[in-house]
Amino acid sequence: MASAPALGKDLIGLEQLGAEQIRLILDTAEPFKEVSERPIKKVPALRGKTIVNLFFEASTRTRISFEFAEKRLSADTVNVATAASSVSKGETLVDTARNLEAMRIDMVVIRHGASGAAQFLGQRIRSNVINAGDGKHEHPTQALLDMLTLRDRFKRLEGLKVAICGDILHSRVARSNIWGLTRLGAEVGVCGPATLLPRNVQELGVTILPRIEDAIQWADALNVLRLQLERMQAGFLPSLREYNRVFGVTNERLARAPKDLLVLHPGPINRGVEIDSDVADGPHSVILPQVTNGVAVRMAVLYLLAGGSPDWAQSSGGGD
Amino acid sequence: MPTRSSVLDARALARTLARMATEILERADGTERLVLVGIQRRGVELAGRLKRLIDEAEGTNLALGKLDITLYRDDLQSIGPRPVVGETSLPDLDGKTVVIVDDVLYTGRTVRAALDECADFGRPRRILLCVLIDRGGRELPIQADIVGTALTAGPADRVDVLVSELDQRDGVELVRGS
Repeated sequence: MASAPALGKDLIGLEQLGAEQIRLILDTAEPFKEVSERPIKKVPALRGKTIVNLFFEASTRTRISFEFAEKRLSADTVNVATAASSVSKGETLVDTARNLEAMRIDMVVIRHGASGAAQFLGQRIRSNVINAGDGKHEHPTQALLDMLTLRDRFKRLEGLKVAICGDILHSRVARSNIWGLTRLGAEVGVCGPATLLPRNVQELGVTILPRIEDAIQWADALNVLRLQLERMQAGFLPSLREYNRVFGVTNERLARAPKDLLVLHPGPINRGVEIDSDVADGPHSVILPQVTNGVAVRMAVLYLLAGGSPDWAQSSGGGD
Repeated sequence: MPTRSSVLDARALARTLARMATEILERADGTERLVLVGIQRRGVELAGRLKRLIDEAEGTNLALGKLDITLYRDDLQSIGPRPVVGETSLPDLDGKTVVIVDDVLYTGRTVRAALDECADFGRPRRILLCVLIDRGGRELPIQADIVGTALTAGPADRVDVLVSELDQRDGVELVRGS
């Protein structure tokens, strides 16, 4: 029997995962897409499991996506939003976690503004921990759904050229995508203002594309990141209008691409800043398929961490 | 030392399937509203063959579905490694006579899960269970309506059902003490 590339207890980031483990998650996500198309969108795989969605940062899309994934696997879920919890009374992360654990929960999905928060939590509690975004570190399920969407369209990731555009410096989505895509043999380029590229980013094995036109010439797909508006106040950018003029993804620019480009965006979109409306709503865009795939990928991660570890050996009909 | 012996060779398997196809027609009172559903993996191949046999004899085009019961298992925690979840695609089951087809009936837990899953897709008028091999050893009160061959195999034994689509040849073999 071949050894199973199990995921371990937690999903903290794609940096720690091997190619086989990433492929396992993407392959497991495939059948979960169909569950969401059923008349009764529910399977009993995680019946009786209790999952806490612990969100220390505002999030709509990711939290709802996790919640649907959990409910479609029949888990019981509790949402903790920090504004209404003891966290706002000054409780530390560890105390919050210990209290949740004392209530015998099985899994925690955590989003936190501090890089490393998910790992910190995972090392201190027995429950499975899933990182739903920690500071500038990683957002592994977002990268996994991006990769699933790319694989759906191109039928492969090896040799694919993906340009990540925008604020690479502050982006956990960019970091997770870089780790995941390069591990599966894709080529990654990064494109953005010099002030928003991490120093020595080439050391992660990526190509620097100084201008958006370069990215469009080079890539098979663009992953356009949301420009966080608070970056402007911090002096990284002169103005949103200028950003749009220099780095905005527009139909005029895409028309000059040598091949049909796919455009991804993790959302929420700043229309007219990093991406124009007619691109976001146009034929190149796979922004809504990304959202659909997000639920399937999160179901796969929950299922695999809960113990549904597969093995590669074909069972030859021993029957049961 | 495990010993391997043949239960059905390719020709015996073909004869058994032909008889099972006839029995399905008898039990289901013909082909009206008849749906065959194979359980992943080899149940899917067997259901496909039964469909071809019935379609040839009756001039029909039966609805065929496939079911993966992995997400309905009751042993996610305890028994560990399971194969990657396979595809489920079912035709409309409401008011139909559904014949669930599997290769080997053992503990009955797969069938229990398959019944639960079917119930989430619709309300069949009737469900029949059709298995190629009944090896005994039930842990739930579940019995097959149509059985290809019954044999007695202990917990240390294994029944291998081989289909040419997946295994390059047809046959059923019993591996003792594996």
